[in-house]
Amino acid sequence: MFRTFAAITGSGFRRYSTYRQATLAGAFTNTVFGFLRCHVLLAVATGAGGVAAGYTPDQLATFVWVGQGLLAVVLLWGWNDLAERIRTGDVASDLLRPVHPVLNYLAADLGRAGYALLTRFVPPVVAGLLFFDVAIPSRWSTPPIFAISVVLAVVICFGCRYLVNATAYWLHDVRGPMMIWTFGSGVLAGLYFPLHFLPDWVTVPLWLATPFPSILQTPLDVVVERDDWPVQVGLVAVQAVWAGLILLACRAVQGAAERRLVVQGG
Amino acid sequence: MSAVPGDEPVIEARGLRKEFVVRVPAGRFRRTRRRVTAVDGIDLTVRRGEMVGYIGPNGAGKSTTLKMLTGVLMPSSGEVRVCGLPPVARRTQLALRIGVVFGQRSQLWWDLPLRDSFALLRHIYRVPAAAHAARLRRCRELLDLDDFLDVPVRQLSLGQRMRGELTAALLHGPEVLFLDEPTIGLDVVSKQAVRAFLAELGRSGETTLLLTTHDLADIERLCHRLVVIDHGRVVHDGSIGALHARYGSRRLVVAELDEPLTTPPVLAGAPLLRTEADGRRLVFACESATASAVVARLAGLVALRDIAVVEPDIEDVVARIYRNAASEGGADPAQGCSITRTAKVPGASASYRWGTSPGNVT
Amino acid sequence: MADRLGVLPAYWALLRGQARSQVSYRTSFLVDLVGNVGATVFDVATVLVLFRLTRTLGGFPRAEAMVMVGLSAAAFATADLAVGNIERLRQYVRTGLLDAVLVRPLGALPQLLLMDLPLRKASRALFGVAVLVAAVLTAGIDWTPARVGLVVLAPVCGVVFFASIFVTTAALSFWWIDSGEVGSAFTYGGRDFTTYPVTVYSGWFRAVFAYVLGFGFVAYYPALALLGRADPLGLPVWAGWAAPAVALPAVLVAALAWRVGVRHYRSTGS
Repeated sequence: MFRTFAAITGSGFRRYSTYRQATLAGAFTNTVFGFLRCHVLLAVATGAGGVAAGYTPDQLATFVWVGQGLLAVVLLWGWNDLAERIRTGDVASDLLRPVHPVLNYLAADLGRAGYALLTRFVPPVVAGLLFFDVAIPSRWSTPPIFAISVVLAVVICFGCRYLVNATAYWLHDVRGPMMIWTFGSGVLAGLYFPLHFLPDWVTVPLWLATPFPSILQTPLDVVVERDDWPVQVGLVAVQAVWAGLILLACRAVQGAAERRLVVQGG
Repeated sequence: MSAVPGDEPVIEARGLRKEFVVRVPAGRFRRTRRRVTAVDGIDLTVRRGEMVGYIGPNGAGKSTTLKMLTGVLMPSSGEVRVCGLPPVARRTQLALRIGVVFGQRSQLWWDLPLRDSFALLRHIYRVPAAAHAARLRRCRELLDLDDFLDVPVRQLSLGQRMRGELTAALLHGPEVLFLDEPTIGLDVVSKQAVRAFLAELGRSGETTLLLTTHDLADIERLCHRLVVIDHGRVVHDGSIGALHARYGSRRLVVAELDEPLTTPPVLAGAPLLRTEADGRRLVFACESATASAVVARLAGLVALRDIAVVEPDIEDVVARIYRNAASEGGADPAQGCSITRTAKVPGASASYRWGTSPGNVT
Repeated sequence: MADRLGVLPAYWALLRGQARSQVSYRTSFLVDLVGNVGATVFDVATVLVLFRLTRTLGGFPRAEAMVMVGLSAAAFATADLAVGNIERLRQYVRTGLLDAVLVRPLGALPQLLLMDLPLRKASRALFGVAVLVAAVLTAGIDWTPARVGLVVLAPVCGVVFFASIFVTTAALSFWWIDSGEVGSAFTYGGRDFTTYPVTVYSGWFRAVFAYVLGFGFVAYYPALALLGRADPLGLPVWAGWAAPAVALPAVLVAALAWRVGVRHYRSTGS
């Protein structure tokens, strides 16, 4: 069972390694946006007298550059494989495989994320190191916590994307849910600005009651060492809870979809 | 406009050639470039009013030729003129004088009723209202469009859509009509309707037709002249009868009998190739007699249990062309036996076939 | 010449056809129309969120920064409406639409734009203009006839400028199949850049984007001219009026890129 999982992950990795040009193009774009966002947030810090919402300028720089790096790793946008397969009907063959569809896609996505970690994460981070004063983690506990946080973030983001795609089982046109996801996930995950820029009465409920901050905001807060390690562990724990919830939701949705498919005959 | 092919060539191509540079992975990390010749020196002359079938196996270069004739693709070398104009340089001018029908891609507006597409095309081609109305009326009669003229194109069946496409291509009164696999995927009734329409069009002699297809019956019904290409070269340019005669391919009639015959019937123009199943199955080759004549005669002579007409596969014919060429030592340049098999670009027919989206393979 | 003008009814017919097509899906079109505003609303809201934490951004107070936001949003959203779908060029090639338009007696680019015009984005353009109007009315501008002219001229040039960027980056995909993402660094990236005062940026990055590529003249310099503020970066006042001088070369580059791109397509077939 584990070997199957590993095999699918490996093939996910290999599949994405063939998209060399797209990877290069994506890394370039990430870097440009990194510059844009970094300058803006640093200007906010300057205007705010040095510290903005508890972030120092170097922390903000790290926030932006690691954020751009993670964007392709979690793959916030641009995944509609499942929706396409549902539309064309190919999804029926997924049900014939001996692996649960959700695990199948999850394994492939982890492979993809692994590849992205090597090729899309590194360039923006390096650009940040070269051109800006970035905050580097000073505690030995941070890197392992960060690593776990990233893996959980990938899982959560995968689950969300899976759910959005799965609406294709019921809806004719997934464009609506896709738009809502694209829009909401960017905002609420903390891509455009750290969520702490918003008042607390918005941030706390968002963090606990939705999975979005757990996708980007949490790993980024961990790596900039905004809090002490107990708080970091707490945030990661929230991620873990959300990862579990999302995967359960995926399984439930998949089950409902399968029943519908079987009953309706595809 | 007379019904006899006129003197001025409407399509004139000399030494038409198209090469592509393809990147092929060589080893793990590198990619080398390879030159692939899709069209390798084609000479083609079509006169006004002719109806020409342009056939060949997948990847032979048919769609590539068609693209070069309509100005979509630039030839690597050679000269070409359609309606006296060079297609690439005078694309917009030529567009007013030619019509194109894609078998697999639509020129119509997907969400609008058929009628609206026609109206839009009138504006795009700047057709005077009276002429447009007259042509539309004629097409409506011949193709029976009235039933679905107000239905959005996305809701039409393939047969209905193809009739719409034909109309759309003719509303501006083109001198030449290019058709890329117009009967593909159609049911029998629709195919017949399309063929009848094109035959009628050709009969009047106003429009020159160049038709690519995989369905031999289209050719047999419509075209007097057949150009066969393979690996980018013309291997036959003449009538269908000449093709069959030259390469010895024929339709077969396979008759299953109730009772085996000791002396099988002798049919003029259809020699008996072989008997099988202890004389219960007779295989006749239709040479100078048509298959229908053979079937009719057999039905009158013997008690038939079943009868089948086997078409000669065009791929078979062409394959045989090459076998003949190889054995004859390649004396005839048109047969091109020295054909260095230019590698077929993997998926060439998918990407260069006009308008196919990948995954839409016939 | 008459022949050139004669194509106008044809283009108008194409546009009407697209409008009818979109409206034929009435409810989902309305939903799209409403939903699309969200993206532009959000871009503007981001700036307001940032101003929660600081009184000035790049040395500019909020009221003045919003003028730049308005100029940028109005220009970009309108360009996105008019030309934005050209991003799908790769898809047009794959489905054979490009071949189909090449067979017709009209220019390929106008056909592609008109046949796929995203009318649902009209709400974004309207919102962008609304933001611009609100911003210039609340920024305490000392109005002169020249400035009134500028507040119309600048966004128009901005539309032309962004449209040129869209076309140029799309034409790139004729040579480089997977170039799609690179384009968005300059289209959406350009939009982000022009939303904020140029003083926010620094170093060679600023030099490239603001001056070499010309993005500084879309919103920042016109805003300075409207507000009557001197440029902290040292350019003279008339820089605010230089927008046409930036838009024109951009159009030429776009036209050239498109021409060469189509030529390349017709030469290689892919």
